[in-house]
Amino acid sequence: MEKIIEVSGVSYFYAEDDPWVLDDVTLSVNKGEWLSIIGHNGSGKSTLAKCLNGLIVPQKGSVRVGGFDTKDETNIWEIRRLVGMVFQNPDNQFVGATVRDDVAFGMENHGIPREKMIDRLAQSLRLVKMEKFADSEPHRLSGGQKQRVAIAGIVALQPLIVILDEATSMLDPEGRREIIKTMRTLNKEHGLTVLSITHDLEEAVNSDRILVMNRGKVVREGSPREIFKTPELLEKIGLDLPLAIKLRRLLNQRGISLQDTALTQEDLVNELWTLRSTM
Amino acid sequence: MFNLVIGQYVPMESRVHRLDPRSKLISVFLFVIIVFLANSWLANIVLLLFCYAGILESRISLPFIFRGLRSILVIILFTFFLNLFFSSGGRLLLSLGWIHIYQNALIQSVFIVIRILVIIVVTTLLTLTTSPMEITDGMENLLSPFKKIKLPVHEFALMMSISLRFIPTLLEETEKIIKAQAARGSDFTSGSLKNRMKAIVPLLVPLFVSAFKRAEDLAMAMEARGYHGDTGRTRLHKLVWNRRDTVMMMIMALLAAILILVRVSGCW
Repeated sequence: MEKIIEVSGVSYFYAEDDPWVLDDVTLSVNKGEWLSIIGHNGSGKSTLAKCLNGLIVPQKGSVRVGGFDTKDETNIWEIRRLVGMVFQNPDNQFVGATVRDDVAFGMENHGIPREKMIDRLAQSLRLVKMEKFADSEPHRLSGGQKQRVAIAGIVALQPLIVILDEATSMLDPEGRREIIKTMRTLNKEHGLTVLSITHDLEEAVNSDRILVMNRGKVVREGSPREIFKTPELLEKIGLDLPLAIKLRRLLNQRGISLQDTALTQEDLVNELWTLRSTM
Repeated sequence: MFNLVIGQYVPMESRVHRLDPRSKLISVFLFVIIVFLANSWLANIVLLLFCYAGILESRISLPFIFRGLRSILVIILFTFFLNLFFSSGGRLLLSLGWIHIYQNALIQSVFIVIRILVIIVVTTLLTLTTSPMEITDGMENLLSPFKKIKLPVHEFALMMSISLRFIPTLLEETEKIIKAQAARGSDFTSGSLKNRMKAIVPLLVPLFVSAFKRAEDLAMAMEARGYHGDTGRTRLHKLVWNRRDTVMMMIMALLAAILILVRVSGCW
């Protein structure tokens, strides 16, 4: 599989006397996958995200994006085009006075000709289903809508990967669903690689691969099924388990033996209603 | 509680709206200068008629503009009476104790009020018919020659458009903080002036803290989206200078000519 991001032996600290925020992190992102990085606050996951588009350059190790090293200043703008990033606070990343201006902002920065810009603007607004709001001002939009505009601004740059840096954590459940649904479509139908940084395990359950981080280190890596086989570890590092996993464990303690394949609520419901079935 | 009229944009279809922001900015700039040529009744009537025509063309209702003017009524009245009481010349019209009102003072005061009025109407008309984005684009374009002497014209324009973009966000936040502080027993609306000023401090501190946080986040988001100053940047908005903009310039030249003529000929 083609690797679009390769992180090897990366260590980073913010100030000389501080402990390492990232401690010898090695990982890679495959083209077209949905990778989730989970971890408690302060586990270094957001710092890692900022390493991936060259917002910060690690003191040790190297980060390569689509073949470019982030240490090399000459590639930095191309790297930032290839790695789109949606941040946590919907308000603090909205630059333009209207939706249209905001989506165009990234394209203007990268010097995309005006005619192309207009085409891509319409296209990307359609992809996130915000075409009706092109002239709206940010304070008239909901948090979820603002995040969708941020996604449109990134998609318009035709990136390799979109990083969601806790992008849903400030949204209401409705907004969260909108964002996940939008990203899922982009991932499945348009082959866009997604790296989701989150502490919401419900969200991570549906990804292709999960990385667990704690105190600057990658402690586990694997498919959701593998990761949730040992829920104790996740609880130990302070993460809140998805409802389905919690319930399954409680049922197991009561002597109702369930297979550990159920990760989502739907899986669990299916398993429960077929439990006594002999067919 | 917050009713901003200054800087409010009313999107509509009119000839004034469709003018290029550059021609509007130049016109307003010229207008503010040539207003000082008017020192006669005729010239002032010309100015008032020009404003009236502008308002009619913009299709913005007269009452709407007057409502906006209400907030500066105090300033207008203050200047009027200050001039009325403290200048002299001409026939003595009225004498009340220490107050003496002279004919010339009365005329001068009326002229000054008209001057303030037309300047404010014209600038309000600019912001009412031009979106903040267009104004900053126009300014950046007009000031672009100054880039040659290393003036940060682009940065200044960006700064302006971002602050305009964040006004509603910060107002919303202020209201939230007011409610939060009120819920904890803080009182902003009564008490002595000193106490009310004191109550504002716990409002401003969190507002500033969050504004700094926002600025930091925004700078990071902008960098992540490839912002690196003016070099190699393209633009979505293209300013187009049409014939109607040239016509607008002609009208301004005509207005200036009329005002100069009236002044030189010394009409009443």
